[in-house]
Amino acid sequence: MTPPLLDARVDLEHVLVVGAVLFAIGMYVALSKKNAVAVLMGIELMLNAVNLTFIGFARFIESPRPIDGHVFAIFVITVAAAEAAVALALAVAVYRHRETIDVDRISLLRW
Amino acid sequence: MVIAFWTLAALTLGAAAMIIVVRNLLHAVLFLILSFIGVAGLYITLSADFVAVAQILIYAGAIAVLMIFAVMLTPRSSRNNAGNFLQLPALVLSGLIAAGAAIVAYETEWREADRGSFDTTAAQIGDALLSPFVLPFEIASVLLVAAMIGAIVLVRED
Repeated sequence: MTPPLLDARVDLEHVLVVGAVLFAIGMYVALSKKNAVAVLMGIELMLNAVNLTFIGFARFIESPRPIDGHVFAIFVITVAAAEAAVALALAVAVYRHRETIDVDRISLLRW
Repeated sequence: MVIAFWTLAALTLGAAAMIIVVRNLLHAVLFLILSFIGVAGLYITLSADFVAVAQILIYAGAIAVLMIFAVMLTPRSSRNNAGNFLQLPALVLSGLIAAGAAIVAYETEWREADRGSFDTTAAQIGDALLSPFVLPFEIASVLLVAAMIGAIVLVRED
Protein backbone atom coordinates (compact mmCIF):
# COMPACT_ATOMS: atom_id res chain seq x y z
CA MET A 1 0.00 0.00 0.00
CA THR A 2 1.73 3.11 -1.20
CA PRO A 3 0.83 6.44 0.34
CA PRO A 4 -1.39 8.56 -1.92
CA LEU A 5 1.26 11.22 -2.50
CA LEU A 6 3.59 8.70 -4.16
CA ASP A 7 0.69 7.22 -6.10
CA ALA A 8 -0.28 10.58 -7.59
CA ARG A 9 1.19 11.69 -10.88
CA VAL A 10 1.50 14.88 -12.87
CA ASP A 11 -1.27 15.19 -15.43
CA LEU A 12 -1.72 17.46 -18.39
CA GLU A 13 -4.32 19.50 -16.50
CA HIS A 14 -1.84 20.36 -13.76
CA VAL A 15 0.69 21.68 -16.28
CA LEU A 16 -2.03 23.67 -18.02
CA VAL A 17 -3.21 25.24 -14.76
CA VAL A 18 0.34 26.23 -13.79
CA GLY A 19 0.76 27.73 -17.26
CA ALA A 20 -2.53 29.61 -16.99
CA VAL A 21 -1.64 31.10 -13.60
CA LEU A 22 1.84 32.06 -14.84
CA PHE A 23 0.27 33.69 -17.91
CA ALA A 24 -2.17 35.63 -15.71
CA ILE A 25 0.64 36.88 -13.47
CA GLY A 26 2.64 37.96 -16.51
CA MET A 27 -0.37 39.71 -17.98
CA TYR A 28 -1.00 41.56 -14.73
CA VAL A 29 2.64 42.68 -14.61
CA ALA A 30 2.58 43.75 -18.27
CA LEU A 31 -0.63 45.76 -17.88
CA SER A 32 -0.16 47.36 -14.51
CA LYS A 33 3.48 48.38 -14.18
CA LYS A 34 4.79 51.86 -14.91
CA ASN A 35 8.36 51.10 -15.91
CA ALA A 36 8.83 49.89 -19.49
CA VAL A 37 11.35 47.26 -18.37
CA ALA A 38 8.78 45.87 -15.93
CA VAL A 39 6.23 45.71 -18.75
CA LEU A 40 8.76 43.71 -20.75
CA MET A 41 9.28 41.38 -17.80
CA GLY A 42 5.56 40.68 -17.84
CA ILE A 43 5.68 39.88 -21.55
CA GLU A 44 8.56 37.45 -20.99
CA LEU A 45 6.57 35.73 -18.24
CA MET A 46 3.65 35.31 -20.62
CA LEU A 47 5.92 33.79 -23.28
CA ASN A 48 7.30 31.42 -20.66
CA ALA A 49 3.79 30.34 -19.71
CA VAL A 50 2.97 29.59 -23.35
CA ASN A 51 6.19 27.60 -23.70
CA LEU A 52 5.33 25.60 -20.61
CA THR A 53 1.97 24.77 -22.17
CA PHE A 54 3.67 23.68 -25.41
CA ILE A 55 6.02 21.36 -23.53
CA GLY A 56 3.14 19.96 -21.50
CA PHE A 57 1.14 19.16 -24.63
CA ALA A 58 4.21 17.63 -26.29
CA ARG A 59 4.67 15.38 -23.26
CA PHE A 60 1.09 14.20 -22.80
CA ILE A 61 -0.90 14.41 -26.04
CA GLU A 62 -1.22 11.64 -28.62
CA SER A 63 0.63 12.77 -31.76
CA PRO A 64 2.54 11.24 -34.67
CA ARG A 65 5.44 13.63 -34.08
CA PRO A 66 5.45 14.53 -30.38
CA ILE A 67 8.79 16.39 -30.58
CA ASP A 68 7.24 19.23 -32.64
CA GLY A 69 6.08 20.96 -29.47
CA HIS A 70 9.71 21.20 -28.36
CA VAL A 71 10.75 22.63 -31.74
CA PHE A 72 8.02 25.26 -31.48
CA ALA A 73 9.17 26.14 -27.96
CA ILE A 74 12.70 26.63 -29.32
CA PHE A 75 11.33 29.01 -31.95
CA VAL A 76 9.37 30.91 -29.31
CA ILE A 77 12.54 31.29 -27.22
CA THR A 78 14.40 32.61 -30.30
CA VAL A 79 11.74 35.16 -31.15
CA ALA A 80 11.52 36.19 -27.49
CA ALA A 81 15.26 36.84 -27.42
CA ALA A 82 15.03 39.01 -30.57
CA GLU A 83 12.03 40.86 -29.15
CA ALA A 84 13.75 41.49 -25.83
CA ALA A 85 16.86 42.88 -27.54
CA VAL A 86 14.86 45.30 -29.70
CA ALA A 87 12.50 46.33 -26.91
CA LEU A 88 15.27 47.04 -24.42
CA ALA A 89 17.17 49.01 -27.09
CA LEU A 90 13.97 51.00 -27.63
CA ALA A 91 13.72 51.65 -23.90
CA VAL A 92 17.29 52.94 -23.78
CA ALA A 93 16.70 55.09 -26.90
CA VAL A 94 13.52 56.59 -25.40
CA TYR A 95 15.36 57.26 -22.16
CA ARG A 96 18.02 59.24 -24.06
CA HIS A 97 15.38 61.57 -25.48
CA ARG A 98 12.89 61.82 -22.61
CA GLU A 99 14.88 60.97 -19.42
CA THR A 100 12.12 58.56 -18.44
CA ILE A 101 10.80 55.15 -19.41
CA ASP A 102 7.55 55.39 -17.45
CA VAL A 103 4.91 54.25 -19.90
CA ASP A 104 2.48 56.74 -18.32
CA ARG A 105 4.69 59.64 -19.29
CA ILE A 106 5.61 58.52 -22.82
CA SER A 107 2.43 59.94 -24.32
CA LEU A 108 3.58 61.29 -27.70
CA LEU A 109 1.07 59.14 -29.54
CA ARG A 110 -1.87 59.91 -27.25
CA TRP A 111 -4.82 61.56 -28.97
CA MET B 1 8.24 13.44 -9.66
CA VAL B 2 5.00 14.85 -8.33
CA ILE B 3 6.75 16.50 -5.40
CA ALA B 4 9.40 17.96 -7.71
CA PHE B 5 6.75 19.27 -10.10
CA TRP B 6 4.70 21.02 -7.44
CA THR B 7 7.77 22.37 -5.64
CA LEU B 8 9.05 23.87 -8.89
CA ALA B 9 5.58 25.16 -9.77
CA ALA B 10 5.35 26.86 -6.36
CA LEU B 11 8.85 28.32 -6.85
CA THR B 12 7.98 29.63 -10.32
CA LEU B 13 4.63 31.12 -9.39
CA GLY B 14 5.91 32.50 -6.09
CA ALA B 15 8.83 34.24 -7.77
CA ALA B 16 6.48 35.59 -10.46
CA ALA B 17 4.14 36.92 -7.79
CA MET B 18 7.06 38.56 -6.00
CA ILE B 19 7.70 40.56 -9.21
CA ILE B 20 4.36 42.24 -8.59
CA VAL B 21 4.95 42.90 -4.90
CA VAL B 22 8.60 43.86 -4.64
CA ARG B 23 9.40 47.59 -4.51
CA ASN B 24 12.79 47.73 -6.23
CA LEU B 25 13.00 47.10 -9.96
CA LEU B 26 16.38 45.33 -9.69
CA HIS B 27 14.96 42.91 -7.14
CA ALA B 28 12.10 42.31 -9.56
CA VAL B 29 14.64 41.32 -12.23
CA LEU B 30 16.26 38.89 -9.78
CA PHE B 31 12.90 37.30 -9.02
CA LEU B 32 12.29 37.07 -12.77
CA ILE B 33 15.51 35.07 -13.11
CA LEU B 34 14.36 32.78 -10.29
CA SER B 35 11.07 32.29 -12.09
CA PHE B 36 12.87 31.43 -15.35
CA ILE B 37 14.97 28.82 -13.52
CA GLY B 38 11.82 27.35 -12.01
CA VAL B 39 10.29 27.06 -15.47
CA ALA B 40 13.45 25.28 -16.64
CA GLY B 41 13.02 22.82 -13.79
CA LEU B 42 9.41 22.26 -14.82
CA TYR B 43 10.68 21.45 -18.34
CA ILE B 44 12.99 18.82 -16.85
CA THR B 45 10.11 17.21 -14.95
CA LEU B 46 8.27 17.09 -18.31
CA SER B 47 11.37 15.35 -19.82
CA ALA B 48 12.27 18.25 -22.11
CA ASP B 49 15.98 18.36 -21.41
CA PHE B 50 17.14 20.35 -24.44
CA VAL B 51 14.51 23.05 -24.01
CA ALA B 52 15.36 23.28 -20.32
CA VAL B 53 19.04 23.92 -21.11
CA ALA B 54 18.06 26.45 -23.79
CA GLN B 55 15.79 28.14 -21.26
CA ILE B 56 18.62 28.46 -18.72
CA LEU B 57 21.09 29.73 -21.33
CA ILE B 58 18.84 32.20 -23.14
CA TYR B 59 16.33 33.36 -20.54
CA ALA B 60 18.21 33.12 -17.26
CA GLY B 61 21.47 34.06 -18.99
CA ALA B 62 21.04 36.41 -21.92
CA ILE B 63 17.65 38.03 -21.45
CA ALA B 64 18.19 38.57 -17.72
CA VAL B 65 21.53 40.27 -18.39
CA LEU B 66 19.86 42.44 -21.04
CA MET B 67 17.18 43.47 -18.54
CA ILE B 68 19.73 44.32 -15.85
CA PHE B 69 21.61 46.39 -18.44
CA ALA B 70 18.41 48.20 -19.39
CA VAL B 71 17.67 48.99 -15.74
CA MET B 72 21.23 50.19 -15.14
CA LEU B 73 21.33 52.30 -18.31
CA THR B 74 18.22 54.25 -17.30
CA PRO B 75 19.41 55.56 -13.93
CA ARG B 76 17.25 58.64 -13.56
CA SER B 77 13.95 56.90 -14.31
CA SER B 78 11.92 55.60 -11.43
CA ARG B 79 13.25 52.45 -9.81
CA ASN B 80 10.29 51.85 -7.55
CA ASN B 81 8.37 49.32 -9.68
CA ALA B 82 5.14 51.20 -9.09
CA GLY B 83 1.82 50.34 -10.67
CA ASN B 84 -0.25 52.52 -12.94
CA PHE B 85 -3.97 53.33 -13.01
CA LEU B 86 -4.79 50.04 -14.78
CA GLN B 87 -4.11 47.88 -11.69
CA LEU B 88 -7.69 46.93 -10.84
CA PRO B 89 -8.88 46.21 -14.42
CA ALA B 90 -5.67 44.27 -15.07
CA LEU B 91 -6.25 42.19 -11.93
CA VAL B 92 -9.83 41.41 -12.98
CA LEU B 93 -8.83 40.59 -16.57
CA SER B 94 -5.92 38.33 -15.67
CA GLY B 95 -7.98 36.58 -13.01
CA LEU B 96 -10.71 35.93 -15.56
CA ILE B 97 -8.18 34.58 -18.06
CA ALA B 98 -6.56 32.26 -15.51
CA ALA B 99 -9.94 30.96 -14.36
CA GLY B 100 -11.18 30.50 -17.92
CA ALA B 101 -8.05 28.65 -19.04
CA ALA B 102 -8.13 26.42 -15.95
CA ILE B 103 -11.81 25.56 -16.50
CA VAL B 104 -11.16 24.76 -20.17
CA ALA B 105 -8.15 22.61 -19.21
CA TYR B 106 -10.25 20.55 -16.81
CA GLU B 107 -13.42 20.32 -18.92
CA THR B 108 -11.82 19.25 -22.20
CA GLU B 109 -11.38 15.55 -23.00
CA TRP B 110 -7.71 15.57 -24.03
CA ARG B 111 -6.46 12.81 -26.32
CA GLU B 112 -3.72 11.71 -23.95
CA ALA B 113 -1.04 9.25 -25.01
CA ASP B 114 0.46 6.52 -22.86
CA ARG B 115 3.90 6.78 -24.36
CA GLY B 116 5.71 7.75 -21.17
CA SER B 117 8.52 10.26 -21.00
CA PHE B 118 11.03 10.96 -23.76
CA ASP B 119 14.48 9.56 -23.07
CA THR B 120 16.61 12.17 -24.85
CA THR B 121 15.27 14.89 -27.10
CA ALA B 122 18.30 16.73 -28.50
CA ALA B 123 18.85 14.37 -31.46
CA GLN B 124 15.16 14.35 -32.38
CA ILE B 125 14.97 18.14 -32.14
CA GLY B 126 18.01 18.40 -34.39
CA ASP B 127 16.42 16.10 -36.97
CA ALA B 128 13.16 18.03 -36.83
CA LEU B 129 14.93 21.38 -37.20
CA LEU B 130 16.80 20.25 -40.28
CA SER B 131 14.15 18.31 -42.17
CA PRO B 132 10.54 19.49 -41.69
CA PHE B 133 11.34 22.85 -40.08
CA VAL B 134 14.35 23.94 -42.10
CA LEU B 135 12.66 27.03 -43.55
CA PRO B 136 11.50 28.46 -40.17
CA PHE B 137 14.95 27.60 -38.82
CA GLU B 138 16.66 29.75 -41.48
CA ILE B 139 14.09 32.52 -41.08
CA ALA B 140 14.80 32.53 -37.35
CA SER B 141 18.48 33.16 -38.02
CA VAL B 142 17.59 36.04 -40.37
CA LEU B 143 15.28 37.40 -37.66
CA LEU B 144 18.07 37.27 -35.08
CA VAL B 145 20.46 39.14 -37.39
CA ALA B 146 17.80 41.75 -38.13
CA ALA B 147 17.05 42.19 -34.41
CA MET B 148 20.74 42.55 -33.60
CA ILE B 149 21.30 45.18 -36.29
CA GLY B 150 18.12 46.95 -35.24
CA ALA B 151 19.20 47.07 -31.60
CA ILE B 152 22.62 48.43 -32.58
CA VAL B 153 21.08 51.12 -34.81
CA LEU B 154 18.57 52.13 -32.13
CA VAL B 155 21.11 52.82 -29.39
CA ARG B 156 24.00 54.11 -31.53
CA GLU B 157 25.38 57.52 -30.58
CA ASP B 158 25.81 59.78 -33.60
